[in-house]
Amino acid sequence: MRNSRIVASIAATALVLTACGSGDSGDSGVTTLTINVFGDSFSLKDNRTLYDEYEKSHKNVKIVENRSDFGTHHQNLQARLTAGSGAADLEVIEVGQVSGFIGQTDKFVNFKDKDVDTAQWTDSTVQRASSPDGKTLIGLPTDIGGLAMCYRTDLFAQAGLPTNRDEVSALWSSWDDYVDVGSRFVGKVPGVKWFDAGGHVFTGVLGNEKETYYNAKGDLIVEKNKAVKDAWDLTVKAIKAGQSAALAEFSTEWNTGFQKGQFATVTCPAWMMGYIQGNAPDTKGKWDIAKIPGGSGNWGGSYVTVPAQGKHIDAAVELAKWLTTPEQNVKLFKTIGNFPSQESTWSQPEVADFTSEFFSNAPAGKIYPESLENAPVQVVGPQSGVIGNTFAGALNSVEQGTDPGKAWDSAMSDIKSAAGEG
Amino acid sequence: MTVHLDHRGAPAEADRRPAGPPDRRQAWRSRLYRWDLKGSPYLYVFPFFGLFAVFGLFPLVYTAIISTTAWSPRKPGSEDVSVGLDNYGKLFADPNFHNALVNTFGIGIVSTVPQLLLALGIAHLLNYKLRGRLFLRMGVLLPYITSVAAVALIFNQIFARDYGLLNWFLQPFMDNPLDWRAEKWASWLAVSAMVTWHWTGYNALIYLAAMQTIPYELYESASIDGATRWQQFWHITIPSLRPTIIFTVIVSTIGALQLFAEPFLFDVTRNNNGGSERQFQTVVLYLYQQFWTNGRYGYGAAIAWTLFIVTVVIALVNFLLVRRIRSADD
Repeated sequence: MRNSRIVASIAATALVLTACGSGDSGDSGVTTLTINVFGDSFSLKDNRTLYDEYEKSHKNVKIVENRSDFGTHHQNLQARLTAGSGAADLEVIEVGQVSGFIGQTDKFVNFKDKDVDTAQWTDSTVQRASSPDGKTLIGLPTDIGGLAMCYRTDLFAQAGLPTNRDEVSALWSSWDDYVDVGSRFVGKVPGVKWFDAGGHVFTGVLGNEKETYYNAKGDLIVEKNKAVKDAWDLTVKAIKAGQSAALAEFSTEWNTGFQKGQFATVTCPAWMMGYIQGNAPDTKGKWDIAKIPGGSGNWGGSYVTVPAQGKHIDAAVELAKWLTTPEQNVKLFKTIGNFPSQESTWSQPEVADFTSEFFSNAPAGKIYPESLENAPVQVVGPQSGVIGNTFAGALNSVEQGTDPGKAWDSAMSDIKSAAGEG
Repeated sequence: MTVHLDHRGAPAEADRRPAGPPDRRQAWRSRLYRWDLKGSPYLYVFPFFGLFAVFGLFPLVYTAIISTTAWSPRKPGSEDVSVGLDNYGKLFADPNFHNALVNTFGIGIVSTVPQLLLALGIAHLLNYKLRGRLFLRMGVLLPYITSVAAVALIFNQIFARDYGLLNWFLQPFMDNPLDWRAEKWASWLAVSAMVTWHWTGYNALIYLAAMQTIPYELYESASIDGATRWQQFWHITIPSLRPTIIFTVIVSTIGALQLFAEPFLFDVTRNNNGGSERQFQTVVLYLYQQFWTNGRYGYGAAIAWTLFIVTVVIALVNFLLVRRIRSADD
């Protein structure tokens, strides 16, 4: 009886295939470009002005965006690359995932051949999406995720903590301080924890490190890297002190946590500003943004790629180049919060003087560049994304009551089987 | 001269006609007729075998080939590295695979047993002369036609830790809200609840259809003999349903072994871990994790083939059991 599901999915696939086959370019000469994204890369759910603008200036192009969640998006992309068909004309890849695709440069359009000015980005940003020899560039950087700490001023006030963002930044010059302040907060406001999930604190702590899971040579060093173990131990300490709301990242319950105010702080890359605004609009004015403990860090950011299997490669490359120009990135920063990856934009008044009304007029345009200025260029390897998710899961199990030593051991064995051998 | 016989055993038309110059059109028609007779059945069954070859046989063979490689798309050139049966060796020693097997059988039992019992009870009730009987009968099928994704959405709300419906009901009896994904048993119950919800109505209708073939006279004479309704159910309905029950048990067992959508959608980890410590990671979910999330095509293919063999073995065991029960009948 469960075969019916398979039949249904075959039928659905067939439908999709016919849809793809017929809808591409009509008689009117209009080219439909599809773009697959996993979040608010270029649009919000109710706002696609950027696409509209492009369509207005390019009458023969129609843009169709497909969204799916983070995991599904990257898995589907991999499947379609392996299969040799089915990928969209443009595909967005997250920075933690991009290294997994570097080994498949033949499956993407090489932007080095497409007259792209790579000097507008920092070397490290470009390098992450390039083959080791630097001859192939598979994606153009869209945004970059400088780190800050978003906090709820109303909950801070209730707990007797300062609410002014400079005073708050002064509370935590290091992540140890952050956990200490957390201990002062816990118990003051009933039902509210210090942070959302251990995994986010862990990611934030490691944001200050150059080498985390891989070293510059590309060897897996996660088990013997002291920085990783220290970040783990500190996070475990905070969890044991009852500071974590233990909400799995990007789950429905995590979303509810934002809306109901179940935690007072959240590690806040620039793109998180957009996420909070879209997800918990009722909390407007209750948030503010302080400096990240440790002063710097980067988490996330994306690249837009053009799979080589596409039918409209030239049109797709043109759109990709347009979407990643400084002008569009500045627009996206103002509407969605995604921070531009071009350093040249950071000093432009439109960015530098930008304050977010939602976040109590926090000077986001100053906070993020500061965080990025000293941020180390992080080394990522083919399985960095998988390893990060494994740690997030392991820390979640600690939150659920598993012995930390046991959780560490099983994380190590999972990482070894996923990244150690292939 | 050989005598051509058509399928009814009569001499073919050509042989019956008086000898003379051969009529070429007639010969051509008779040849067409023969082709039609011999060839059409193959043509009619071709769609199935054609589709099966493309969507069944080829993937099966190709998966077997992949399972002997160390292929990972994240490692250039790994596609052609043959490792023999290494993947299978690793798999049999893999504690995560053992855990997935235990979870699969555990959830299978926790979901299938109550599901079939409930279905039997519901079918029995629906077999009475009720008002709006057709409406009720169609009604039990509603969960079945609802997509699993929609079902999971609702059940994720019901089994949520902080603002979940079920925890709200349990509030008076518990100090702390129950984290349904944290404990093995709790997560099994939650996943099983989804499976049971989805499949009970479907099985109930199968039982109902079988119940309607039971002669009414049996019940009539039983009630004349003073049998209560419960006795009638136990001594007439159940024995008559035996072949149907066996069928549903086999089909549900195979379905349970392939359980994927429910635990996949109940999971909130970002790497398809089936719970932070694989509390409810089934074999297929483990396959999915290794294949897609971790990009281990070779290892994933080995899991797929192992699961296939396990399923065949269990189906065979089921089949043997069925035969024994049948022979007890005679």
